[in-house]
Amino acid sequence: MSKLSLISRGILKENPTFVLVLGMCPTLATTTSAINGMEMGLATMFVLILSNIVISLLAPVVPDKVHIPVYIVVIATFVTLLQLVMQAYTPAVYQTLGLFIPLIVVNCIVLGRAEAFANKHGVLESALDGIGIGLGFTLSLTVIGMVRELLGSLSIFGWKIIPGDGILAFVLAPGAFIVLGYLMVLFNKLTKKN
Amino acid sequence: MEYFVIIISAIFVNNILLSQFLGVCPFLGVSNKVSTATGMSGAVCFVITLATVVTWLINLLLVRFNLAYLQTIAFILVIAALVQMVEIVLKKISPSLYQALGIFLPLITTNCAVLGVALSVAQKGMGLGQATVYALATSLGYGLAMILFAGIREHLSLNSVPKPFRGLPIALITAGIMAMAFLGFSGLV
Repeated sequence: MSKLSLISRGILKENPTFVLVLGMCPTLATTTSAINGMEMGLATMFVLILSNIVISLLAPVVPDKVHIPVYIVVIATFVTLLQLVMQAYTPAVYQTLGLFIPLIVVNCIVLGRAEAFANKHGVLESALDGIGIGLGFTLSLTVIGMVRELLGSLSIFGWKIIPGDGILAFVLAPGAFIVLGYLMVLFNKLTKKN
Repeated sequence: MEYFVIIISAIFVNNILLSQFLGVCPFLGVSNKVSTATGMSGAVCFVITLATVVTWLINLLLVRFNLAYLQTIAFILVIAALVQMVEIVLKKISPSLYQALGIFLPLITTNCAVLGVALSVAQKGMGLGQATVYALATSLGYGLAMILFAGIREHLSLNSVPKPFRGLPIALITAGIMAMAFLGFSGLV
């Protein structure tokens, strides 16, 4: 498989949100605006790339029986690293994303890629896979965030598009489920045509 | 009175599934039938309460030795070990309950509701009594939303749904309407 297709695959064919349907909790919870969604995506991508690299190096030496606990410790280490870095350099973002930064540990996308890809492939391929899946996740979160922000407060990335108030429900919990549901329908419709 | 407020707020106002979005994966994954949803909720209820008490004690140690930054790693390891232990103990003591919960137990380690409740209890600095009541009430709220949702999905599967909506999309939209109903509780406490 070519290097480029490893990256592009994560964005469309194996999109973690719309095709694999993994990591629903952060997807629903942090997409209240486009910028929040993007930040969450990037945070997950950071952990995903690093854990993919380390796990692809570790996989040959880890006994099969304890591989899941080992992977979880590796992922948890990078999440703690991310927490400390974010607390130091971007405390405001760390505040808004709150609980969902430590919860990257239990994001099924990260452990899923470790199990399904990184433990069978080389370092470079695993890193590229992390970038691809991470980009796919970031893109879908940004799109969901954009739609919710547009409907909920009539702005995109904080820029007011139309004057007035939006429909508040789209920023609150119900909007998350409904927007994701309809976007999934749209995604299904578009990709089936091709 | 204080406990009453915690209970109402955790079950209805800040429902863990429909307003905090913790543990959504099994919420969408195993909610096709009421019976499996009940099994999953039972297992989650048991593990969340137990894990919260244990991680509360662990957190005491971590804070005592200035190691609070290790919370995430320590908690996930404790939860994973706990789930394993519960599985082993249950197999010995109550095979029938083990049979009923069997497949759901290993899945719970990666259920973010468990880690989420443990971490938020630590963040809010609750006492042991408060934490236990909060964990129990939260998991009851989880069960309530899960079983209601499974009931709706059972009916949904009998109706003809437009093709692109089939499966997850319609389930998500249903959950959205449910979340809207739960929004009615906001401002209650």
